[in-house]
Order: sequence, then structure tokens, then C-alpha cells
Amino acid sequence: MTAIPKFTRRSFLVSSAALGGGLALGLRLPPFGPAVVRAADGSPEITVWVAIRPDNTTLIRAVRAEMGQGTITGLAQLIAEELDCDWNKVVIEYPTPGQSVARKRAWGDFSTGGSRGVRASNEYVRKGGAAARMMLVQAAANEWKVPASECVAANSVITHKPSGRKTTYGKVAEAAARLEQPKDVPLKDPKTWKIAGKPLKRLDTAGKVNGTMMYGIDVKLPGMLNAAVKDCPVFGGKVKSFDAAQVAGMTGVKKVVQVGDSGVAVIADSWWHAKTALEQLSIVWDEGPNTKASSADIAELLKAGLDADQAFVGNQAGGDVKAALAGAAKKVEAVYSYPYQNHACMEPMNATVRWTPERCEMWGPTQNGEGAFAQVLEASGLPADKVDVHNVMLGGGFGRRGTYPNDYVTQAVLIAKQMPGTPVKMIWSREEDMAHGRYHPVMQCKLVGGLDASGNLTALHMRLSGQSILAAVRPEVVQAQKGRDPLSFQGVFESGEHSFSYTVPNLLIDHAMRNTHVPPGFWRGVNINQNAVFIECFMDELAEAAGQDALEFRRKLMAKHPRNLGVLNAVAERIGWSKPAPAGIHRGLAHLHCFDSFVAAACEISVKDGNKVRVHRIVAATDPGYAVNPAQIERQVAGSFVYGLSALFFQECTVKDGRIEQTNFHQYNSMRIAQMPKVETILMPTGGTVWGGIGEPTICVAAPAVLNAFYRATGKRIRSVPMKNHGIELV
Amino acid sequence: MRLTINGKSHEVDVDPTTPLLWVIREQVGLTGTKYGCGVAQCGACTVHMNGLPVRSCSVPVSAASGAKITTIEGLASGKTLHKVQKAWIDHDVPQCGYCQSGMIMAVAALLRTNPKPSDADIDAAITNICRCGTFVQVREAIHAAAKAA
Ligand code: FES
Ligand code: FES
Repeated sequence: MTAIPKFTRRSFLVSSAALGGGLALGLRLPPFGPAVVRAADGSPEITVWVAIRPDNTTLIRAVRAEMGQGTITGLAQLIAEELDCDWNKVVIEYPTPGQSVARKRAWGDFSTGGSRGVRASNEYVRKGGAAARMMLVQAAANEWKVPASECVAANSVITHKPSGRKTTYGKVAEAAARLEQPKDVPLKDPKTWKIAGKPLKRLDTAGKVNGTMMYGIDVKLPGMLNAAVKDCPVFGGKVKSFDAAQVAGMTGVKKVVQVGDSGVAVIADSWWHAKTALEQLSIVWDEGPNTKASSADIAELLKAGLDADQAFVGNQAGGDVKAALAGAAKKVEAVYSYPYQNHACMEPMNATVRWTPERCEMWGPTQNGEGAFAQVLEASGLPADKVDVHNVMLGGGFGRRGTYPNDYVTQAVLIAKQMPGTPVKMIWSREEDMAHGRYHPVMQCKLVGGLDASGNLTALHMRLSGQSILAAVRPEVVQAQKGRDPLSFQGVFESGEHSFSYTVPNLLIDHAMRNTHVPPGFWRGVNINQNAVFIECFMDELAEAAGQDALEFRRKLMAKHPRNLGVLNAVAERIGWSKPAPAGIHRGLAHLHCFDSFVAAACEISVKDGNKVRVHRIVAATDPGYAVNPAQIERQVAGSFVYGLSALFFQECTVKDGRIEQTNFHQYNSMRIAQMPKVETILMPTGGTVWGGIGEPTICVAAPAVLNAFYRATGKRIRSVPMKNHGIELV
Repeated sequence: MRLTINGKSHEVDVDPTTPLLWVIREQVGLTGTKYGCGVAQCGACTVHMNGLPVRSCSVPVSAASGAKITTIEGLASGKTLHKVQKAWIDHDVPQCGYCQSGMIMAVAALLRTNPKPSDADIDAAITNICRCGTFVQVREAIHAAAKAA
């Protein structure tokens, strides 16, 4: 028990250590009905999402990761809404993956990516809340010997309407926990929501303003040591040799260990000592086959793909593009490109692991508890009932802390394994974090459009050439698609949550897959970042060639895409598109359909000396179907623009001698408050059966809107990111 | 070496070149001050030294000996939050929160020397990185804190 650090409010069930296997067995109370599972404090679990304390506190369970996006608050709102509990007495508990596995994945998917946190779990968590309410009401009705239909619940209080009798959730929780869960669980009409849908404050702020919030980097365990690690700077390389004796005598150093094939770690009493020693250690690398790789070579590889015969088709909505282009009155052609980018989460990668031959546990930040669990399982060599993962608050995630092969969790286990019984906290330096990202994939794109004599777009060929994330990370998906990576087409795909939002009579969007040795990853927005730049900047080019207004030109192609049209019209109207911009101000706009949300942005910028860009204002509209917390959505929209505009203006990871050249924020800049535009968010959820994502979609519309405005300001089309490579600054 | 942190004196046995940040985190055990870059770029490690904001990753501990150091844990007076912390809660500023200790310390120092900063003053003084992008709320909360007595 001493091993459980105090930040874990996982009083949850009986602690896994105490049970020896992490099994949540529940306490049978025969003969009165089904088993009651209890929280460690004895509170009965009503459904897996809800336990109630006698004092009426509601324990809401959450398994998706919180990395700042507000998902936990949103999910709690949804559960509390259906539960009709007192919002001021909600406490969050975090079941571990081990506990979930032991209960046949009672909590479902832990993974928190693809803007799925709320939208993919909304239905079952709401049902978990609603079922609990029904059971609590039923328990009260049983006690009063009245029909449940005569009772109502609000604010954790149950009232028998005819008699006015009242009781609390806390008082009937024991009895409710013994009832069978109802099968038919109707959900509220979102129009009647009182907790969900409201701009409530986050639940996790207090500890973030006084230094008490525990992040992975802050984990402290009794007897813990610290590790600094260095992996071969050339991806695909290996450790050849190192001389541990060289640093063995340095202050605090306990051990120097190899980490898998490719890494070396120094374990010391403090991280600073470990890092200092690691810097002194000369490691001989076998740098492998990629030591000659450079950004220029990679660009050549991609360039060749732009005209390659073979490509995977992502969208071919009828027609014959070649013939139509050949017969077009006017042809427009452009080539765009998008670089490697690192997530640069504010908190560098880290994980703390204690390994013994009997048990292995990890404490650390992950966007996918179950994915990390699988990695700990594999690296520890132990069976599932002897392994667990304790997630903590993430200092940013943005896709970096998803599950990637041979990543930081695996490293931490491999290190701890060489110190049996001693917990070891491994922290990457910022430099290591920059050198071993899972990078936004590189992509080039050639677009060819054909206009008829009246300036109508009759044909469009969009050829992507570049790296596939899924080929590296989920090869089974790519195999099942006969080599195609469907995610490459996010925002321009033939159907689904990322479908194309224009109708073009002759259309072909295809992808020449060109993979490199640089490991790619899911970077907030994933492939919408480049796809939105490609298609939305090119739409402006086409509109200009057609001699038409950029908005009008788009609208004509969007009759069958009413929700995209809705958000586009909304931003156009708010920015005043139909009226001339103030002197010195230039406008641009863009939109996309992605992660099942419809998003658009219109911006106003000014440009001084031809290269100093000031973004004054961005109007952003989003239609995510449902809005669970408007205040947090506004924050996600504005935050996504900081992430997206930092990428547009400053960020590129270049490859030289097989390794990434940028080492820290001085070469990989991020926006500051002085550069922050005014952001006006228009939230226009239109309901329906599909819930859209929030954390990612809007990120992609800022960059093309700004690029389009930059063209209007200067007459220069910038077709490659980042803008710093063109001598352009954000001021 | 003696360090005075949040009004308490600490005897630490470390190499004098050790960055103040790591002494605060590892020897003194106050982990509210964060590591983000180690090279004075991001501001996550901001603490006050004699009332002035410093990026503790780039201050050798020897330079801090004898100074009055305040970390995020020492910003409140007892149970009463500092007005910047209060404004941060009122405006629901933090997202992941990792940068916010440094952000709050930088802002608290700004308000001490410039109690009613203009937007331009804020732009010049607050250069912390926030990857989550909380700047809209940060600015609102600074103005609110400046208005608070
Ligand atoms: S950690 Fe000190 S400025 Fe970044
Ligand atoms: S709140 Fe996450 S980095 Fe600022």
C-alpha cells in the first residue's frame, strides 16, 4: 500500500495490491440479490460509472485521459445529468486498466485520441448515469412501498410526489446497489439538459493553480530512483557499446543500463545527477541504415510520388478526371507541402515503474491506459493479473501520448526491470523529446483543377504523396485496406467522419504512400492539418482563376453539404465578408468536415514590411452535433489555434544525417500571448444522431484561412509550411 | 548550502552549479515548479527570487543562496489564495495546467511592479509558452486580477 502515491484518488474498489491480483471481486451479500461492488471507502457501486457515499457525494468514474481538453469534466456532466445528482458533490475516480481487464473491460475503451473522449463514450456513460438514477429511485420507492413512477429525483434527492416524502441518494444507495440494472434505459432529450450543455467550470482547476496537481514527472514513490535516457539519435540505430565505468563514480549514479536495442539510461538518486552523468557518457552507436537520410532526400522521394502511376484512391466521386481536365477551358495546378512536426507537449515524456518478479506497475501520463497496460504487460514479461497502470494528469498530450511501439512506457519498464523492487522514474529531457517524437507526417500534394468557360469547377485531381501514420502504427488496418491508409484522406475522404465537403463532377483524390524512417504519429488533428491547407488554399487559387469571390466559388460546390455550408456562412457573416475589410486588413477563410464535426474559420490579418504578419481576429464556427460544455469548447477552439498557428508559422523538424536537427524551443518556437489573436467562437450544434469531436477539428481551419489572407495582403501564395522558411514572422 | 524557500530555510547538499529548478524539485521536494525546456525558453520553471521572476532552470543554485525564493506553493498566504490564483480559478484558465505554475508566478511578479498592466505591457512581460493555448483566458484573468484589490 505504501507504493500507492497519494495523488491516486483511486481509492477505487479494494486496492489492487491488497487483493494481490487487481481483481475487483465485489463483496457478496447473500441472500439479498446480486453482488455489491464497493469502493475502497465502502461506498456501494450503483453502476460501473457511479458509486454513492452515505454523505451523498457522487463518485463518478472516468477512464479517458485528461490532458487539458476538459473531457473528464464533460463526461462527468453527462453522467451527472442523467443521474440527477448534486453537481457540487461530484468526485472523480479513475479505475485502472488492470481493474477494467479483471472485470471484462467493464469501463470499455480507455483510449483518448481522435477527439473521441466524449463523443465515443457519450451513450454508455449517459446510460450508466441514467440506470443508476432509476435504481436509486426504485430503491426509495421500494422502501416507501410506492410505485417508482410516483417518485422524482433532482440534486441527489428523491421525492415521492403524492406524499412529499424525501430521501437522499446516499441513504438508498445500499439498497439500490443490490437491484438488477434495468435493461431499458431511456435517455433525456438534450434540450432538457441542466448540467450537460452548460458552460460549467472544470473539475480539476484547484490543483493547477497552487502546484499540487501531480503530473507524471512529479510522481514520488518510497525509495524511488531517477533515470535519464538517450536513444540512438538516428531512428533505426542501435547501441554498439558504452563504458559504464566512465560515469560510475559520478555523484548519485547507481547504475548504467542498456534499454532495449537502442537506448542507454543512467539511474541515479536524482534526475539531475542522472542527466549530468548521461551527458558525460560516451555511447558508441551502430547508427544503422539511415545515417544518410536528409530532409532534401525525403522531399525528393515525396516529389516523385506526385506523378507516380500507383496511388491509393481515397475519393473518386464519379467522372473521368483525366478526360475532364484535358477538356477544361482553364487548368490550374499547384504543389503544396507540409513538414515533420513534433508535438512538444509541455511536459516531456516520462513514466515511473516498479518491477518485481511478482508485479509490475506504471505511474505516468498516457492517452491510452489500456495501450500502456499492453506495453507494460509485454515489456515486464508478467501476466495480466500482475500488471497495472496508474494514469495521472497529462501535461499535454496532443496525440503524442498514445500508444506507439517501443516508446517511453516500454523504456521505463525495461529500465525498472534492471532494478528489481526499486521504483524508477524515467524522464526525457526536452532534447530527447525533440529527438524521439512521433512526428506529424510529411506530405506533399499536387492539385490540378479544371474550370469550364463560365468558371465552374468541373474536375479536380488531388494527389497526396507522403507518409502514412497507420502503416507504421496500425499496419493491420492498412493491410485490411489492401495497402491504403484511409486516415491519409481525413477531411477529403469519400465518406464517413472525415468526408469531403464539396461536390465536383469529376473528382479523384489519391495517395502515393511514401514512408520514411522517421516514426510518424497522431499530431492534434492528424492529417487534417495538411489536407485543409492543401484543399482550402487551392480552392482560393481556383476561385481567383475563375475570377470569382472565394466564398461564392465554394458555395456553388456545397449544395449537398449543408452543415459545412452552415458553418462557412456563419463565419463569413460574422467577419463581414460581403463588406470591404478595414484599411490594411485582409481576410481569408476555410472550412472542413472532420471527426464528425463541421468547422470553419475566417480571419483578419495585416502584414507589415511584406513579412510581419499580425493575426487580429479569427472567427471560428463549429457544429459538433452536441455541445456538452460550451465554455470548454471555446477554450479548445482558441487553444487549437495556438497549436495550429505555431505549426503554421514556426514549426518544422528537419532531418540531417538520419536524425532530427531541432533540439529545443529556441529552434522550435511556439506562440506567445503577444501573438494571440482575438478568437470569436460560434458554437452551432445542430443535433442529429452523430456526435462530433471538439479537441481537434478546428485546428485545421486557422492555417489555410491565414494563408489565404496572406495572399490577399501580399499577392504571394505560400504553399509550404512553416512560414518562417519564407522569411515570414508572426508578430 | 542554505536556501530560503517560501519562508522556510533548507539546508541542501548539492553541487553549486545545479540548476535551482532541480534543487527545488528534487532536494526540497516542491514539484509545483515545472521543467519544460531547461534552457530559459518556456517559463514553466518561473519562481520569484527576491520578488523578481526568474527561470529557475537557468539559475545555478549558488546564485540563489541567501535570496528569498518563492515558488507556486508559497504564493498564497496560508489558506488565502493570491489574487492571481483567484482570478485563474474564476476564469477557468488552465487546460492541462502544466505551464500554469510558471505563468502564474510570472503574472504575480508583473502585477507587483505594474499593478494595472496594459495589453502591451502583458505582451512584453509574459513570454511563457503554453502549448494548450490558454492565452485568451490568461489575458482576461490578468486584467481581472489587476482590478481585484
Ligand atoms: S524549464 Fe526553465 S524556462 Fe523552460
Ligand atoms: S495549460 Fe497546458 S501548457 Fe499551458
